Amino acid sequence: MSDTLTVTNPAAASAVAEAPRTFGIAAEFSSAADLYHAAEKCRDHGFRIWDVHTPFPIHGMDEAMGLGNSKVSLIALAAACTGTVLALMLEFIPSIWLYPLVVHGKPLDFFTVPAFFPVIFEFTVLCCAFGCVFGMLALNRLPRWNHPLFNWERFAKFSDDGFFLSIEADDPKFQETRTKEFLEGIGAENITLIYE
Amino acid sequence: MADTAIETAPPAAQFDPEMVRQVTKLPLVTNNRDFHWVTEKVSGIVEMKTPGWWWIAFFPAAVLAGCCIGGFVYLISTGVGVWGQNSPVMWAWDITNFVFWIGIGHAGTLISAILFLTRQKWRTSINRAAEAMTLFAVICAGLYPGLHVGRLWMAWYLVPVGNANAIWQNFRSPLLWDVFAVGTYFTVSVIFWYVGLIPDLATIRDRATNKVKKFIYALLALGWRGGNRHWRNYEKAYLILAGISTPLVLSVHTIVSFDFATSIVPGWHTTIFPPYFVAGAIFGGFAMVLTLMLPARHLLGLQDLVTKKHVDVMTKIILLTGSIVGYAYIMEFFIAWYSQNPFEQWAFLRNRVSAPFTKWMFDVPNAPYWWAYWAMMSCNVISPQVFWFRYCRQNLWIVFTICMCVNAGMWFERFVIIVTSIANDFLPGSWGMYAPTWVDIITFTGSFGLFLSLFLLFCRFLPMIAMSEVKGVLPAADPHFHPPGHDAPGGDDHSTGLGAGVRMITPAPSTGH
Repeated sequence: MSDTLTVTNPAAASAVAEAPRTFGIAAEFSSAADLYHAAEKCRDHGFRIWDVHTPFPIHGMDEAMGLGNSKVSLIALAAACTGTVLALMLEFIPSIWLYPLVVHGKPLDFFTVPAFFPVIFEFTVLCCAFGCVFGMLALNRLPRWNHPLFNWERFAKFSDDGFFLSIEADDPKFQETRTKEFLEGIGAENITLIYE
Repeated sequence: MADTAIETAPPAAQFDPEMVRQVTKLPLVTNNRDFHWVTEKVSGIVEMKTPGWWWIAFFPAAVLAGCCIGGFVYLISTGVGVWGQNSPVMWAWDITNFVFWIGIGHAGTLISAILFLTRQKWRTSINRAAEAMTLFAVICAGLYPGLHVGRLWMAWYLVPVGNANAIWQNFRSPLLWDVFAVGTYFTVSVIFWYVGLIPDLATIRDRATNKVKKFIYALLALGWRGGNRHWRNYEKAYLILAGISTPLVLSVHTIVSFDFATSIVPGWHTTIFPPYFVAGAIFGGFAMVLTLMLPARHLLGLQDLVTKKHVDVMTKIILLTGSIVGYAYIMEFFIAWYSQNPFEQWAFLRNRVSAPFTKWMFDVPNAPYWWAYWAMMSCNVISPQVFWFRYCRQNLWIVFTICMCVNAGMWFERFVIIVTSIANDFLPGSWGMYAPTWVDIITFTGSFGLFLSLFLLFCRFLPMIAMSEVKGVLPAADPHFHPPGHDAPGGDDHSTGLGAGVRMITPAPSTGH
């Protein structure tokens, strides 16, 4: 936050307007286990807008970060129900109303529903899959082509074997120096200030 | 399981008295590779200079694919009559090829979905390539019914959209179910595959040195930055996709089998078809996965990722499903006798089984297609039985040979089911033999070229092993992992997820403290 930025040099003061805003502080940990314990400490310290960045999902990290259940399942359920209803309409409106087609002398009414079931099932699965993926991307605010974290060269290691933790400046508890000290205290390495 | 090693006496220097019951499984990634090694190995395939063997494999495959496309262009411009099918065999190689390829396309989703739900961690090294193979097989499959429509430009009539004639589809027809099943299967498989690719595309993006490459992979990776808040939704989405893909993959070949089973043609009209087709699809699909992975493993040096254990487990699945298929063959034959339906009996005994070497049992003339039936029997039922022996599961040449037999056998299975049943059915006056034309031959063999070209392109440009998933099953990925010889695990009372008292004791990879 800008209130923690103390500018002593008047020449630099004019540059403040153009100076990049602080995004937050990021740090590296040496292993999945270290990051896991660091996350527990971060959670207990009361940070809210922060995240860990790992090459693979770490088992139990949701609890270590104090995160609840993902909402993707609700979106997927809603999408699946929509798919069922759409498929019912897609099949019954033409088959019973628009274009009644007698095949094998079978009746035209609702009692032939088992024969309509495969399409209903497939369409439900299709809609559920779309809901699932687009719901996941929407909840994650992806695609997003750039992000302040990518400004930090070392961060590229997150997709290889790096374990990172980032605390954003928007967090109510964020204070540049104190947060830095906190991270040092929990064993972080390469603590770096990230600008937007 | 014979391949589970129980380590009873670890070296004294590493022995922690608290770890009384130490159990390790054969590692999923051998030689104690670390995270960085996995990244280097898999990304290296995408980043390296195109190797010579790749061109040697790609060039003939592409030529063959060109032949396939040429054959289809000739067919579209001339008419579907250039294929050999004619009354009474109206479904022939085209539908055989369709069912053959769609069956192969079942292994990928089986590995990614069903083995994911059943927590088979070994799936992580092979699921990406198997899923890619699935997509390419479904692409090959989709060509045939589309072209069998005859007037390809009318194929959109398969899709229920309003048209000027106000004609709608018959939603109670298995052929329309097929359109929905295959369409959904392909779409969901693409989605599943792509979702799995996102974190690995991010890895390639982060390593890219070339600006164009970086741009393309960045576009595909959607800005992935591996945050746990993202992983949380991602894992849930992946779990749901696996959950819905499991009934989906079982439904697809079930519905394909309905194309036959709901008819009254002797040899098709059987209730055993859905489970029999699904088992056959898994059987053929696993054989094709091994056919592709064994050379890829050798040429790309993936021995530590796709280990002998993977081959061993997959051959066991081939043995199991092959035996289920064998049971279905015998049961069909038994039911033909037991039902006392003369048409059914004719279809099996007189059209398929009766061969020169069965004269001692059945004193009837040779069946017109006995060679196809017995090719199917020996390739699908007899050949995989060698996998009862550990030696045969470990010897990769034997595994590869048997997989080739299975590939051929599964094609013959579909040929036997489709062609022999309709060649000689109810009316002897309209019996006939089927012979393929040269267009049949190039459109079928060419599809292998198309399949292989797509697979080779995939190997070259996309990470063919799911890096993030493989890293996730390494011992060091466990947040409660403590490298031996370092700080003792005292005080860390979290469960490893493997049951009480079970701890990983695999030596530490270099990323340890």
